[in-house]
Amino acid sequence: MPAPIRLRELIRTIRTARTQAEEREMIQKECAAIRSSFREEDNTYRCRNVAKLLYMHMLGYPAHFGQLECLKLIASQKFTDKRIGYLGAMLLLDERQDVHLLMTNCIKNDLNHSTQYVQGLALCTLGCMGSSEMCRDLAGEVEKLLKTSNSYLRKKAALCAVHVIRKVPELMEMFLPATKNLLSEKNHGVLHTSVVLLTEMCERSPDMLAHFRKNEKLVPQLVRILKNLIMSGYSPEHDVSGISDPFLQVRILRLLRILGRSDDDSSEAMNDILAQVATNTETSKNVGNAILYETVLTIMDIKSESGLRVLAINILGRFLLNNDKNIRYVALTSLLKTVQTDHNAVQRHRSTIVDCLKDLDVSIKRRAMELSFALVNGNNIRGMMKELLYFLDSCDPEFKADCASGVFLAAEKYAPSKRWHIDTIMRVLTTAGSYVRDDSVPNLIQLITNSVEMHAYTVQRLYKALLDDISQQPLVQVASWCIGEYGDLLVSGQCEEEEPIQVTEDEVLDVLEGLLVSNLSTPVTRGYSLTAIMKLSTRFTSVNRIKKVVSIYGSSIDVELQQRAVEYNALFKKYDHMRPALLERMPIMEKSASNGPTEIVQTNGETEPSVEPKHPPPVTQPANQANDLLDLLGGNDVVPVIQTTMPTKPASAGGELLDLLGDLSLSGGPAPAPAPSVPTSQPPFLLDGLSSQPLFNDIAAAAIPPMTAYNKNGLKIDFTFERANPNPNIAVITIHASNSTEADMTDFVFQAAVPKTFQLQLLSPSSNVVPALNQGTVTQVIRVLNPQKQQLRMRIKLTYTLKGSPVQDLAEVNNFPPQSWQ
Amino acid sequence: MQFMLLFSRQGKLRLQKWYVPLSDKERKKISRDLVQTILARKPKMCSFLEWRDLKIVYKRYASLYFCCAVEDQDNELITLEIIHRYVELLDKYFGSVCELDIIFNFEKAYFILDEFLLGGEAQETSKKNVLKAIEQADLLQEVRIFLYHQIHLL
Repeated sequence: MPAPIRLRELIRTIRTARTQAEEREMIQKECAAIRSSFREEDNTYRCRNVAKLLYMHMLGYPAHFGQLECLKLIASQKFTDKRIGYLGAMLLLDERQDVHLLMTNCIKNDLNHSTQYVQGLALCTLGCMGSSEMCRDLAGEVEKLLKTSNSYLRKKAALCAVHVIRKVPELMEMFLPATKNLLSEKNHGVLHTSVVLLTEMCERSPDMLAHFRKNEKLVPQLVRILKNLIMSGYSPEHDVSGISDPFLQVRILRLLRILGRSDDDSSEAMNDILAQVATNTETSKNVGNAILYETVLTIMDIKSESGLRVLAINILGRFLLNNDKNIRYVALTSLLKTVQTDHNAVQRHRSTIVDCLKDLDVSIKRRAMELSFALVNGNNIRGMMKELLYFLDSCDPEFKADCASGVFLAAEKYAPSKRWHIDTIMRVLTTAGSYVRDDSVPNLIQLITNSVEMHAYTVQRLYKALLDDISQQPLVQVASWCIGEYGDLLVSGQCEEEEPIQVTEDEVLDVLEGLLVSNLSTPVTRGYSLTAIMKLSTRFTSVNRIKKVVSIYGSSIDVELQQRAVEYNALFKKYDHMRPALLERMPIMEKSASNGPTEIVQTNGETEPSVEPKHPPPVTQPANQANDLLDLLGGNDVVPVIQTTMPTKPASAGGELLDLLGDLSLSGGPAPAPAPSVPTSQPPFLLDGLSSQPLFNDIAAAAIPPMTAYNKNGLKIDFTFERANPNPNIAVITIHASNSTEADMTDFVFQAAVPKTFQLQLLSPSSNVVPALNQGTVTQVIRVLNPQKQQLRMRIKLTYTLKGSPVQDLAEVNNFPPQSWQ
Repeated sequence: MQFMLLFSRQGKLRLQKWYVPLSDKERKKISRDLVQTILARKPKMCSFLEWRDLKIVYKRYASLYFCCAVEDQDNELITLEIIHRYVELLDKYFGSVCELDIIFNFEKAYFILDEFLLGGEAQETSKKNVLKAIEQADLLQEVRIFLYHQIHLL
């Protein structure tokens, strides 16, 4: 068997390959040779073979079959073998594999080897990839080496100890004695690694931190070392561009930071040296700036006196003007950290920060943007907003969403005038409209509603914006909503703030209808437009045109649009006397927190009762149906549902509903006399129509999952749930009946009965026709009072006429989710 | 430091040192993605970037990119100095180092790195001492001394 080819030879050969396929072929051939060599347990060339394997691994090829070979190399007596073996272990093994545990014994032996370079290899490997088990087993050896006088080993042991502590924090205590005189070493390597070790210990354990502060008097020692570094003359061994051992200086400053944090005495002890470093460090090269950077971080984090803090911020200010973009980046990052605590000092550098918005580098721009928003206040809002809006125009898409949100927040907090606020919003919507977050739309609508005197101006500006561009959905949605609300102001030309435009009702309707048909409009936008058109029926005179549009969409494929159109149609046809009141101007909305949509909806819910008297009386249910149910069911365990009869006289406020439920008797008798008038709430759709909040439907579901109660012969009935405020014992169930057959189900009646301990109230259905082919649903609200929190069960009876023949069915519903009755 | 990668302008890895436990698959994915991201950056851009939840510090020397992933509390500017120190060490060792040196002597590049950094932190801040240690270790290799453990064979 010829000797395996040398490593360099292999590398040369592989690099001659002209294609990926050629390279792969060579690699496979060599791997085969290596594998057979491994099988033969060839000791002489194992090292060479593993080295080649490592090269091929770096190219991306699998090398796991060499893992055990690495262990054999580590166990060898030849230094070359060990060197490659440990390297292989670090590259091919990681602590997830069981194989690496086999290394533990070898490492233990090598930690005690007579040659320090072998000990070094072992320490390096353990400190780089030792698992928790290995660390536990070998911590004692590491601790021993931490106390040796051999600085070559001592420095490595210190960093190895850091790794052990990271892996097994409980072992930290055992290294404490060895740290006693670490800092009295002269050797910089040992000093540096000792500082790293002490930093790790102080960061991990407050007890250690206290111990080092008080008992070991660490701060004076560190101050002394740092002073020596700065004051001592040129030391060729540690010099970097005129600065003596910057690595050590930076690490000491970082440890000082941890020691000085929230501790007055320590902070005071280091004040002088920090001032000295801050003023004397050479700033022409990166090295000096690295030290200044660390110094600034330390000054800002400890309890430093104000003079020192101002010094630090000024250093950062100078950094901002540095030509080196790395320095500028670092300055912005630090300023962002300090802007909360030292706001005024940072404000002084505002103009430089704003200039950084124009920087070419993405990271710098982002930092500058965040910092700019942090600096906005009542005094500088106008100027800052100009800069930020300009930035919004020209920045990359990845920034636009955050910037837009930031602008809205800042405008809300510091707007000098309502007009300015609305202008700012308009600017954002028109320049970055597609990047604006979803929740901005309801928030903006609320803002606009509450700025009563600006309505005419706002709707005019929004209308003009729509004429230009209908692609940005948030803008279009807000605009449609406003036109729907304030269209009358638009056509009457009443604007005070700017030159009023002349626009006719037809032109406005053209624009809104254009939104409905445009491919650019999302379904949500279409919903907004349709509702806006509907609202204009009470504000415009061209009602016929609106009626026509609404009736067309009654057969839209989009279920949401169809439902709205059908209901608006109903409004025109049957309940025209209701229409003005239903579609009147929105009241001022409650100022909400970030939960904009939810709050708005609830407010609407509360104002609704005042409108309720004008609700159209729904279809009345004949009283004897309760009897039928009883007959059908026979048994005594079920109480018939008490169906409400609709009042013909005006209803009263919503609170009476609960009273009614309390009044209902549980006797098994026939239908009760009509109770005091019950203002029934219409199924949610009308509310939806009024508020145009697409999120409303989502609010209803809350945390209770919907369920399918019945699904037979093409009729599917889903139940959705919500808790009624304020009584948590009442579950409000909305049934949704849909029909997947080809013909409509007419005369549809849904009845329900519940066990004795419950009380049930069935409100009127939305209609008694379930349209075919799932083109719409009939909804009906059931309120179930469950004071004893028993498991909810229900029997339902369905009757309808399909294709001329009557259909009737009974079913039990037992699959209520536990949350609905618990 | 969490890891250090050296790669060419064509995206070929020349050295990868990992100080955090990750599987081979994870390492490959991270390397691939990070290399792409850095190669896409323009020359005038900052040496620092936030990538996933890491801080990345990178610098290009001739045809090689040196890239480190550091922790949140680490000083980015001093990391640039660490990278520079490593390049100086390679330069001293190989005599005007170029990419080919690192390709053909990758194991030596690792040995030098392991004398400079341990567990992601600098173990020796004196250039002279690092190079001395490497020299001595190389000597051990060349002379092929057979090392005897502390067991005496009678």
